[in-house]
Amino acid sequence: MKPDLHTLGPLIALIALVILGALLNPAFLAPANITNVLARSAFIGMIAVGMTFVITAGGLDLSVGSMAAFLAGIAIIAMNAALPGLGENWGTIIIGMGVAILGGIAAGYLNGALITKARIEPFIVTLGTMGIFRSLVTWLADGGTLSLDYGLRTLYRPVYYGGIGWITWPIIVFALTAMAGEWMMRHSRFGRHVEAIGSNDRVARYSAIDVNRARLLTYMLLGLLVGLATVLYVPRLGSASGGTGVLWELEAIAAVIIGGTALKGGRGRVWGTVVGVLILSLIDNILNLADLVSPYLNGAIQGIIIVLAVVLQREKRTADER
Amino acid sequence: MTVLALQDVSRRFGPIEVLHHVDLALEPGQVHALIGENGAGKSTIMKILGGFLDPTEGQILLDGQAVRFASGPRAEAQGIVVIHQEFNLAADLSVAANIFLGRETGGWRLDHQAMRRDTAALLDRLHSPISPDTPIRDLSVPNRQMVEIAKALSRKARVLIMDEPSAVLTHREVGTLYEQIDRLRREGVAILYCSHRLDEVAHLADRITVLRDGRVVRQAMRGELTEDGMATAMVGRELQDFYPPKGSHSDRPALQVTGLTVPGKVHDVSFTLHEGEVLGLAGLVGSGRTELAEGLVGLRASTGEIRVNGQPVAIRSLRDAFASGLAYLTEDRKEAGLLLDKGLRENLTLASLSRFGHLRLDTQAEDVALDRATREFDIRAPSRTMIAGKLSGGNQQKLLLAKTMLPDPRIIIIDEPTRGIDVGTKAQIYAFIRDLATQGRSLIVISSEMTEVIGLADRVLVMREGRIAGEVTGNDMTEDRIVRLAMGVRGEAA
Repeated sequence: MKPDLHTLGPLIALIALVILGALLNPAFLAPANITNVLARSAFIGMIAVGMTFVITAGGLDLSVGSMAAFLAGIAIIAMNAALPGLGENWGTIIIGMGVAILGGIAAGYLNGALITKARIEPFIVTLGTMGIFRSLVTWLADGGTLSLDYGLRTLYRPVYYGGIGWITWPIIVFALTAMAGEWMMRHSRFGRHVEAIGSNDRVARYSAIDVNRARLLTYMLLGLLVGLATVLYVPRLGSASGGTGVLWELEAIAAVIIGGTALKGGRGRVWGTVVGVLILSLIDNILNLADLVSPYLNGAIQGIIIVLAVVLQREKRTADER
Repeated sequence: MTVLALQDVSRRFGPIEVLHHVDLALEPGQVHALIGENGAGKSTIMKILGGFLDPTEGQILLDGQAVRFASGPRAEAQGIVVIHQEFNLAADLSVAANIFLGRETGGWRLDHQAMRRDTAALLDRLHSPISPDTPIRDLSVPNRQMVEIAKALSRKARVLIMDEPSAVLTHREVGTLYEQIDRLRREGVAILYCSHRLDEVAHLADRITVLRDGRVVRQAMRGELTEDGMATAMVGRELQDFYPPKGSHSDRPALQVTGLTVPGKVHDVSFTLHEGEVLGLAGLVGSGRTELAEGLVGLRASTGEIRVNGQPVAIRSLRDAFASGLAYLTEDRKEAGLLLDKGLRENLTLASLSRFGHLRLDTQAEDVALDRATREFDIRAPSRTMIAGKLSGGNQQKLLLAKTMLPDPRIIIIDEPTRGIDVGTKAQIYAFIRDLATQGRSLIVISSEMTEVIGLADRVLVMREGRIAGEVTGNDMTEDRIVRLAMGVRGEAA
């Protein structure tokens, strides 16, 4: 198959950024820095992979950042609560992980069910649940911070900081998620259905595809991945507050769009999303390493990249039509 | 006296020349019909006349003066109005707002009353019961067409270019359309009328231009060309075997429907379809034909008893229908049939993906299926990686037929098998349908074209207001009989 411009464009931008980074600061290519960039990308990255499916099916989820904060909160509460009974061991931590992942699936189901069964616009539903999850975690933390027991935190720490050699667990899990996501989008019936629904849901319905079920599944998949991201995020700080995961939803959506997935649905590019996430993290990293531009302008540069990515995609479009 | 003319006009898209030295003249007070197969160059001519496209060679003459329209609005300022096949209406705005879109009356504050009044007057002229305040979204397709016509009337057109205006209209509305065309003709408007319906062309046109492969192959005045002659000129060969010979079918019932009701649309419909039979389903637009089909295959909620090969089956979703060996080919090819922005392969296999691998889709097997389908249904695609939207209407329809047949259904319901496709492809599709019946499959063909139903079906059911109004077979299968049943008229003479 021919590599198409939608995936190639972001990839070229990514390579250009890597070269730029290496020229500006030799420390950029040091393993420690690369590990750092990749590990920071991992949370948004996993969420963005799930978001790719939701957007490709013609949906949207604004609640993922709040959902991550909420899941981190209830996971910490669950672990602290299980501590007296089970003790300071992996059993307790697995309970916390289970709560985050099952909670994520349930939260995704809630979003998906409101969208497919109650037939409310995805934007409205997830704007609502975004507020609800954010408010719930603030309430659970009583306006402050929910902290994991110190002993558990020490035990749990290696899940974020440890790994195989310098490749830490979040990077490994992100890579596996991305590969699985790409495979599902390209080679599974589910992926084909998702693209068909986003392309024209009436055609999908007239092709005996259970449109609502597939849509619901995209939200549950996203919830699951938010849960997974949370499992890897909690050991980083060992706490959650009303400020956890703020704006993650927008970063995830931005990564999906930069990667060449159409916001209106129908065309999903999981590899593109991965590239998009890396582009966003690299810009941040390069601005921090080089004194060329103030890091405070990070958001502005990312904004330009997002708009540029969409403009470039559109130009390709019109060229097609001629 | 020619108002608008093309003189020796050619048009190229890249290396491909789609129009070769075309001459065409529109006279005031004349209806000029433009006919030709899909891809013959009709839309390119309409686009050039409407000012949406410039010719590569040759010139456009307006009142004898060479002109070059840069864009649509400038042509429109000269009184050249195009009614496109795809509607140009803003769905959320009212009828009045649409008719005056871009030419709103009033100063800083819009004069809503005047626009509403003028709209009401226009609609009145068209005998249309639509209220000027209704949002377009709430209108049926034929009513939207009426709004488009009203909009064109309001533009005080000197030249009116109509692209298949009757394709979506009901019988009565077509009558109103003809009346309006007559009226405009009397008022001295020059009309270019594109249509696939040759009976309508014979009825309306003062002058006929036949296009084939971008060339004018025949120009004739009223009465000089029979429908048969037009078809022959369009296709470039004789069309003796337009409809395949009918076959004989067994008496074994393949599908028995008893008391099928789709709330609000179809009431208590019962019929039997035999093995190897082609059953026609006629009726006016809105008589419940499509709704009956959709209720039958689980796309709409319905009640009633359905038996397949004598066994009762419960069909609650299209998936259930597939499991019982039923398939439905939609009338809405572009919005419900094909994913226009996806490839041929994705479209072909979409409804039967479970046959192509359990966990991992077997794209090689899909490609094999595509090869087979392109051969069997003669789908002419320049490239197998192209998107479905780039195929011509006829090839899209063949692809849709291939998609519908892929799960190997025994009972196939085909809704408007040849809507908007050219004569040559029509004949091919009729042959496919007959072949399927000869293979022992049973078919229901829904069509608004009487000749099609009569030419194709072994037996015809006529629907009216959601019920079966009657059945015609053998020598009774005449246009007259069917129209009477469809419209609820008794007696002999119309």
